Amino acid sequence: MSRVSEHLNRALHDLMEADPRVHLLGEDVSDPYGGAFKVTRGLSARFGRRVRSTPLSEGAITGVGAGLALAGDRAIVEIMFADFAALAFDQLVNFAAKSTSMYGRPVPIPLVVRCPSGGNRGYGPTHSQSPQKHFIGVPGLSLFEMTPFHDAGELFAEMFAQERPCLFFEDKVLYTRRMYTGGTVDDLFGYEVRDGVARVFVDGVTEPDCVLVAHGGMTHRALEAMRTLLLEDDLACELLIPARLYPLPELAGLERARHVCVVEDGSAGGTWGAEVARVLYPRLWPALRRPIGLVNAADSVIPAAPHLEREVLVQAGDIRNAIVEALS
Amino acid sequence: MVSTVSPRHDLRRSPLAPPPEDLERLLLIRHFELTLLRLFETGELSGTTHTCLGQEYIPVALAPLLREEDFVLSNHRGHGHFLARYDEPDGLLAEIMGRRGALCAGVGGSQHVYHRRFLSTGVQGESLPVAVGVALKLAGTGALACVYVGDGTWGEGSVYEALNMARLWRVPLLVVVENNGIAQSTPTSTQMAGNIADRAAAFDVPYHRVTSTEVEEIRAGLAAPVEAVRSRPGPLVVEFVTHRIGPHSKGDDTRTPEEIALAAGHDWYTRYARAFPDAFARLDARARERVDRIAAEVTARPPSVWERG
Repeated sequence: MSRVSEHLNRALHDLMEADPRVHLLGEDVSDPYGGAFKVTRGLSARFGRRVRSTPLSEGAITGVGAGLALAGDRAIVEIMFADFAALAFDQLVNFAAKSTSMYGRPVPIPLVVRCPSGGNRGYGPTHSQSPQKHFIGVPGLSLFEMTPFHDAGELFAEMFAQERPCLFFEDKVLYTRRMYTGGTVDDLFGYEVRDGVARVFVDGVTEPDCVLVAHGGMTHRALEAMRTLLLEDDLACELLIPARLYPLPELAGLERARHVCVVEDGSAGGTWGAEVARVLYPRLWPALRRPIGLVNAADSVIPAAPHLEREVLVQAGDIRNAIVEALS
Repeated sequence: MVSTVSPRHDLRRSPLAPPPEDLERLLLIRHFELTLLRLFETGELSGTTHTCLGQEYIPVALAPLLREEDFVLSNHRGHGHFLARYDEPDGLLAEIMGRRGALCAGVGGSQHVYHRRFLSTGVQGESLPVAVGVALKLAGTGALACVYVGDGTWGEGSVYEALNMARLWRVPLLVVVENNGIAQSTPTSTQMAGNIADRAAAFDVPYHRVTSTEVEEIRAGLAAPVEAVRSRPGPLVVEFVTHRIGPHSKGDDTRTPEEIALAAGHDWYTRYARAFPDAFARLDARARERVDRIAAEVTARPPSVWERG
């Protein structure tokens, strides 16, 4: 059994071993510290100057990564907390993303910016955001998120194969959770990963009451809601978790469900879920029986005190309530 | 380390004649820029442009100090930087005019050109961290990354983030500062506290100040420090004290006639025209005719085509 942080760490070791073009930059990523969440542990000892602990300069280290990528290498930049990606917005949007097309021909910029994201850890307003929505719809920029179902090595390979900058969100609550293996989630649910999308289902249910679409960080809260909905409300749900959040990959099987609901931990307004719904509406319109549901965090900063934080962020009970209400 | 390359000849004395190939390149850039302003006036150019009138000698002086494998990053005022490196005025003009044969299909335009080992982009200060990344890749190969910035660029925090890393990591980075004393319409004296030399010193980055406008003199002073960027390797800041004799972009000069005249007083063009009129007039006419010919030919081309990948 491996935890998500260990799995990511192993994937980075394998990637840097296999590809000498890969550099890794970030604050406090070198040993013995090995990154604020220990995801880069052992890399500097093994790969020397290809791994650099940097000054506190999120904008510039993203630019350095883009420069390495422009010059023919590949770069992984760690932003210690996803909130700080705002400091790299110019380099990401105006340089790295635009440069892939603004010179009139495809210019490869193989750059992955890792962003530990999400709350429920009591870190307060500037260390807890899920800021995915701020980066959606930027030409030349792709968004990915770690999940406990997807192989991180394959995701790194897919991101570099894009040859354009990718943000890779890693919800901090996942780091200590285990990676799922073998097609089994627990006693109730099985899973499969197909075409980049993880599907969690109840064995034998072909026409679920509801399909939830969520990003990786919502996995366990969605599963908890699905368990309660099945056991207490007699509602069978499926869960789809794409690793690529933008552009959204094909989400199969939604026509079979009575209800579709997108669940995310970003704050209300201009959300990832709204983008998912925009993509799905034209396709699902003839089959939809009710509007696509959107469950997201409140229009609020994220408080530090645990009882206040729980009120703002999406909890399993919020998901359950939204589904029960929609289907009642 | 601070050193200074000063003019051996003040403006009242006769200047040295630059080698003919340098004068040809200076005049090519001058007439290219003047042609752009003329095309704007006649409505044949759209958008915006930033000419380097008066500053042409800087990239021309640096050109032979740079090698083919060096990577040059440029900014909004980059036509001279490009033409000093690559003698392809037709491709650049086609880019600016959105015509067939454009270097970047007309997508980038005046401020966003990527051709061979030259890349310009339009956000101030953004290219410095990118240049550090490129230099990190080039370190140890003998090649360097050269990045052009203005005095106004030093208001951007990214400059300091980049200088810090360039020095810490000892990357071959040549920072060329074209200090023309004015950031768009704001005099440097009202937008910069202290000075660039002290800012470089704060990062323990070697610094050279160049006040000469004579290309050979500049080269003689910079050859060794630029070589050290490669061999050490490590960053170097070279500040050119220069003068923008034209507007920031087009028709937007808010300086007084006296201030503009003062800037024009430093113009190599009038100085050389007076100092050796016959030879100058011959090369000047030839450059003017070449650019006129290119402008007519490029203007007649069909629109550029962008094949989106």
